[in-house]
Amino acid sequence: MKSFFARNLLVGRDSVEPSDKSAQRSFALPILFFFATIFPSSAQSVTIGSKKFTESYVLGEIARRALNDSGIVAEHRQGMGGTIILWEALRGAQIDAYPEYTGTIAQQILKTDRRLSLQEIRDSLAKLGIGITEPLGFNNTYALVMRRDESRRLALHTISDLQKHPELKFGLTHEFLDRHDGWQPLRERYQLPQQNVIGIDHALGYAALAKGAIDVKDAYSTDAKIGENNLVVLEDDRQFFPRYDAVFLFRLSLPTLTVAVLHKLEGTLDEARMIRLNAEAERTKNYTRAASLYFDGGVTSTIPAGENFPHKLARWTLRHLELAGISLLLSVTVGVPLGILASRGGAIGHAILGFASVVQTIPSLALLALLVPLPFFGISARTAIAALFLYGLLPIVRNTASGLQDIAQPIRDSAIALGLEPVARLRKIYLPMASRSILSGIKTSAVINVGTATLAALIGAGGLGEPILSGLNLNDHATILQGAIPAALLALLVQTVFDLLDRALIPKGLRL
Amino acid sequence: MDSLVQLAGIKKNFGDANALHSTNLAVERGKTTVLIGPSGCGKSTLLRLIIRLIEPDAGTVAFNGAPITPENIDMLRRRIGYVIQEGGLFPHLTARANALLMARHLGKAAPEMRERLSELCELTRFSENLLARYPVELSGGQRQRVSLMRALMLSPELLLLDEPLGALDPLVRASLQKDLKEIFTRLQQTALLVTHDLAEAAYLGHRIVLMNEGRIVQQGSIVDLREKPADAFVSEFLNAQRALVLT
Repeated sequence: MKSFFARNLLVGRDSVEPSDKSAQRSFALPILFFFATIFPSSAQSVTIGSKKFTESYVLGEIARRALNDSGIVAEHRQGMGGTIILWEALRGAQIDAYPEYTGTIAQQILKTDRRLSLQEIRDSLAKLGIGITEPLGFNNTYALVMRRDESRRLALHTISDLQKHPELKFGLTHEFLDRHDGWQPLRERYQLPQQNVIGIDHALGYAALAKGAIDVKDAYSTDAKIGENNLVVLEDDRQFFPRYDAVFLFRLSLPTLTVAVLHKLEGTLDEARMIRLNAEAERTKNYTRAASLYFDGGVTSTIPAGENFPHKLARWTLRHLELAGISLLLSVTVGVPLGILASRGGAIGHAILGFASVVQTIPSLALLALLVPLPFFGISARTAIAALFLYGLLPIVRNTASGLQDIAQPIRDSAIALGLEPVARLRKIYLPMASRSILSGIKTSAVINVGTATLAALIGAGGLGEPILSGLNLNDHATILQGAIPAALLALLVQTVFDLLDRALIPKGLRL
Repeated sequence: MDSLVQLAGIKKNFGDANALHSTNLAVERGKTTVLIGPSGCGKSTLLRLIIRLIEPDAGTVAFNGAPITPENIDMLRRRIGYVIQEGGLFPHLTARANALLMARHLGKAAPEMRERLSELCELTRFSENLLARYPVELSGGQRQRVSLMRALMLSPELLLLDEPLGALDPLVRASLQKDLKEIFTRLQQTALLVTHDLAEAAYLGHRIVLMNEGRIVQQGSIVDLREKPADAFVSEFLNAQRALVLT
């Protein structure tokens, strides 16, 4: 079932997985992937990856903590993206292990509709150099849920029981409605008579269910909301839903000791416990703390769980400025010469402006998604900088070109007639005269970069997008604002700095 | 005649339009030659062809007897001063920086430049106090004086002036005409000046070259043109401006 998210891999469906689809769609953001750590991996340590939803974060934290407790240096790259991203990262040795679900492995990774046994999965993965643990103990699968009181009143406990109540209103997520193993085959398997079926956002669906606007909705069996909203899971009495047993995938080349730690996690997490950890993570917004509940006594991890806010803010902001700054520098270095070329018109000029315009029309998320699979890039700050650099190009190229083209013919004639060589004309006359336009292009790029750099967090490059994505993920507005407000202030600051820079860089004669 | 510049069979078309038919002209050394004629007659084109702002379709321009080519043009341009209607001053540079631009570019010594600048200020009657101003802070007449300083900075052998006083009001214009005449005389300057104003041509020009529809119709002194017009157009052109000439 998670598999059909795969269809839309880099546009985000793929990343929408258990217990956390809500945030995505309630913000109507086709958020692609990830949210990740900014700590670069070092050769000796073990790198755990996780997908972009609460449960995966928590499982990743548990693995990291378990490894740390065994004296193994481990880091956790949180919320890197969806299945394919994590799988490729694992195969490419960018990460060493990550939590996965058996159903997903069969359908998305091994690409079969057959229900494979764990042994079959293990054999297939072994050929690819990847190992798999035994199930961790819980099955996070799709489920149909309804209000506990309603279920009691109607004596409705299994999906088969729904046949007797055609009047019930269904509110299903769009994914579930669309999936080839979703609503349609489910309806056929159980011969369900209900006609009143609407598509609704996951988070809104829970609210609608609570208010009685709908009676039945789809859910993940470990959704924390099930307990919180006093809902019941209807038993899948005809075994329609495949099993999604949580496991860890790891590189077979890992040291035995490391693998042994992962094996120790097998069979230690049942549904109830996982729901509790998910709920704790969503409540406290702190995955490390939630993961620590798994361990005896909930002792905090060796890595400080609560980095204080000013420190975090400084880290995000510095990283943000670094991303925007480096990319802007590149945009200027490349954009101004390109603009000079473009100002001469002709085929090359048109080609340059055309290229820059086309880049600008690619949605920023799509541009990131297009860069990620390229060999040099991957999930890194490099990719974010490259994308920002490309975005910053057009305003600079265009403004440089138009600033130069706007220089009146008599001025050009005078510069030529003086006997200045072409390079000297450009340096002493044309570029200073176009400086206002060029600087305004650079200013535009800078502001765009500061804004767009929030998306860098999607590919694990950090910055102020980190709290924004985290907030979206947790459906927590306060966390979103922790990133959004500084990002907006930063954009204003950049604007101000450039206004001051105008005075320093634009010749006085042009400002009178 | 000792000529500094010689145009031989120079021709220029803009698209289908004949801007300049095959033209021969000699610019006499030490004298002021004035190109005059109605708008679109090709007089500015001729000037721009000499300094190679446009390339001729045919013919040669010789400077001191040697043909001007794309290879030697930048060197020759430094021996030619060029002044246009609105001055063509660079707005981002002060009057001083405009005037000294080429001298600085060529690495002239500072004391030498200072001396030359103050000489030119005196010559063009431009107050040294205004040298720190930007073009936008100067009047039209002042701008033309700076433009003239810039053109004269490197003591050019040839001065090209394309309607230099065209945009000025009559009083400023009259005063600048007088100054130009004095400067040309004092410097023994070889000058080629474009105007559409016959009075100005008569006042400044040793030799007047009347053009129409891309051709030179007649050249000589103003008296020659008035007494022995080459054709009906010459008379017509002179008569059209007679009122001005006589006032």
